[in-house]
Amino acid sequence: MSSLPHPTKFVIPLATFVLIAVVLAIGVKHSPDVGVIHSPLIGKPAPSWELPELDTHRAFGSKDLRGHWYVLNVWGTWCDTCRLEHRELLAIGQRSAVPIIGIDWRDDDAQADAYLSQLGNPYRTVTTDHDGRVAIDWGVYGAPETFLVNPDGVVVYKQIGEMTDQVWRKEFLSRLPRALAERTS
Amino acid sequence: MLPELGQFALILAMLLALLQAFFGIAGPALGRDRWVAATVPAVAGQLVMVATAVGCLMMSFVNFDFSVRYVAENSNTALPLFYRIAGMWGAHEGSLLLWIFLLAAWTAAVTVGTARLPPRFTARVLGVLGAISFGFLLFTLVTSNPFLRLEPPAPDGIDLNPLLQDPGLATHPPVLYTGYVGLAVAFAFACAAMLEGRTDQSWARWARPWATAAWAFLTCGITLGAWWSYYTLGWGGYWAWDPVENASFMPWLVGTALIHSLAVTDKRGLFKSWTLLLAILGFSLSLIGTFLVRSGVTVSVHSFAADPTRGTAILIFLAIAIGSALTLYAWRAPLLKSNAGFELTARESFLLFNNVLLVIAAATVFGGTIAPLIAGALGQGALSVGAPYFRPTFLLPILPLLSLLAIGIHAHWKRGQLSQSRRTILATLLIACAIALAVVIGAFSGKHILAVVGVGLGAWIILSSLADPIDRWRRRLTLSRSVLGMTIAHVGLGVIVIALTLVESYTVERDIALGNGESARVGAYDFRLVGTRSLDGPNYSAVRAEVTVSRNGRLVTVLHPEKRDYWVRRQVGTVAGIKNEYGTDVFVALGDDLGAGRWSMRAQIRPMVLLLWLGPMIMALGGFCAVSDRRYRLVYGAAGALESEAAQAGPKERTA
Repeated sequence: MSSLPHPTKFVIPLATFVLIAVVLAIGVKHSPDVGVIHSPLIGKPAPSWELPELDTHRAFGSKDLRGHWYVLNVWGTWCDTCRLEHRELLAIGQRSAVPIIGIDWRDDDAQADAYLSQLGNPYRTVTTDHDGRVAIDWGVYGAPETFLVNPDGVVVYKQIGEMTDQVWRKEFLSRLPRALAERTS
Repeated sequence: MLPELGQFALILAMLLALLQAFFGIAGPALGRDRWVAATVPAVAGQLVMVATAVGCLMMSFVNFDFSVRYVAENSNTALPLFYRIAGMWGAHEGSLLLWIFLLAAWTAAVTVGTARLPPRFTARVLGVLGAISFGFLLFTLVTSNPFLRLEPPAPDGIDLNPLLQDPGLATHPPVLYTGYVGLAVAFAFACAAMLEGRTDQSWARWARPWATAAWAFLTCGITLGAWWSYYTLGWGGYWAWDPVENASFMPWLVGTALIHSLAVTDKRGLFKSWTLLLAILGFSLSLIGTFLVRSGVTVSVHSFAADPTRGTAILIFLAIAIGSALTLYAWRAPLLKSNAGFELTARESFLLFNNVLLVIAAATVFGGTIAPLIAGALGQGALSVGAPYFRPTFLLPILPLLSLLAIGIHAHWKRGQLSQSRRTILATLLIACAIALAVVIGAFSGKHILAVVGVGLGAWIILSSLADPIDRWRRRLTLSRSVLGMTIAHVGLGVIVIALTLVESYTVERDIALGNGESARVGAYDFRLVGTRSLDGPNYSAVRAEVTVSRNGRLVTVLHPEKRDYWVRRQVGTVAGIKNEYGTDVFVALGDDLGAGRWSMRAQIRPMVLLLWLGPMIMALGGFCAVSDRRYRLVYGAAGALESEAAQAGPKERTA
């Protein structure tokens, strides 16, 4: 059937597979985009929003944040991953020059108060989104989600899932202006 | 308590799988018949243990046990019972458990179905299956344990992915997995034959019903998947050449080649090493498909559970399973020799073309699926390969394949006496052309040349497949179940070709925006929005629109497309309004609220969609019919050969 010596021919499938396996292995190593769902909001103006603050019930929103960099964290006391990332948020909140604004999503105010007094409060301001309307505008589909918004009100980055030190340094700090980042880190 | 019991059962199952692999492979090799006999109880014990684990997970779902992480992530107090049960395989961990359960069930079926085969051969088959099962169980327990507890327990669950809250979910993955797992059985038969150093073709006879059954389940599973995405993904598409869809399609293409190649090996003792290779390839592709889907290396609309850390583990498993099978192949295949030659226009040639073209088709799909991966690895950035690549490159091998089928079906084994059938071939071709012109120009007033070609090919395949059985029936000769099954499957293929051609050529699709009382014309139909209202489901709130559809002023139907807001996960789901009229689907899906009572909508007229679901089902029916042939249930001689070959022969062996 073929001019190749008989036994060699039957090694071809194995050799091909080894080649494919190497490609797949490289693919696993080099998939930086894994887990990143590109928000259609990135590079676009953030929605204008306004919500009551958790403690004072005063209205707070995009108007108050114009001209400032801010980090928006969507969380809830019912969300386990939020509990996991809370320590990291506290650390960031302490050393960061950029304020973290919290949206407490579909939650109970009393439980949220208890949660923050027990675990500590990393937020400059916490607002409450009881019916989830604002979260829909932000395109949130699971907690936690964390956005980085620039002074023009444009979403620069969106992190889905747990905030870690690595994510903070690689994705958030790198996107801040150098002066602000140096003060922050 | 239940989750711990389930986990314990899984660990026991893994140990039993290890024993099964050891006894099954070492027993025959060392000639210890007591070890050989020990494989069967190991299989039974494993099935019981895996079934216990499945039962435990299911009960945790039914009882809202949100202290189990997997349950908390995939259900909710508001989720109805039906979806809590189906939710078990709604994400990665549970799908794996389902896979393992089906493998245990198939293995048990193999022990029953192969009772008449040489015990040492059966033991080897069971040993290979045990090794596969052990690999999957180890992987599940180490990286994807569904029984992990949450500390503290979640007060409520995150809910099942809304896309999966559909009756299609309950049926699609189990059927598809049954097909995948069935390919593992064919793989095990091939490995057992190689381990034993068998140089005859008896293994092909034994493996045939299993491979055909797996293929038929795979056919059903892929169709259900297409049907499910058509009805619930809201964009009215049934096939997007998405990595996950390709992952099921590649094993199907190779599986199709395998069942044809097995026929040649079984009947004529040819293509022996090629058939072995296809059996390995079919299962390998379903493993690679699993890897692509689960590891997150490719981005897909369907990958609900991508996780890069698992990617490495699956890759190691892949390397061991496929690598050792191919090494075995490189060692054993050179021993195989073909029994006889054949002429150019003999049936063997046509089946060789069938195999080559099907494997080329699978290779083009494979190439397109991993191209983004290669581009990423080479630092070429994101590359998206979609329908513009897949369609032409797939048609290139498939169009000649279909034409060769219509001719080759008349060919005889061994000798090229196609000239005898020249009249039949020409007659069927002429009738098919007439049908194609009548359908395309008459019924659809269409002008597409490709539509004529497609409908003509489909009709030609159906007529050619029927010609010989009808001839036999007129001469009052009997048809064996396997020939009947083959005929049915080929008719199903013809139906698919016609349906795909018509759907692809004559679908009308438009995005429209309607306010209350307004109407728009799409194709020959007028869509009018009567109004919208809100309603509440168990775990969602929805907007339901009422849309009347009329043609030439006559009311055809009233459709109620829905847009659902699953409030636990905050995801949107759509339920399209679809009415089938004489095989043509009138489809409307609700888009966005444009304000002031206006809604955007997607309206489609898809002719002959019904045939698109019917065709594959006919095909699968043919597969099951062939499996039931009593030829496969006969007693085998010591060497495994069947003496009464001639008596069982199909109609094509008139010359033999």
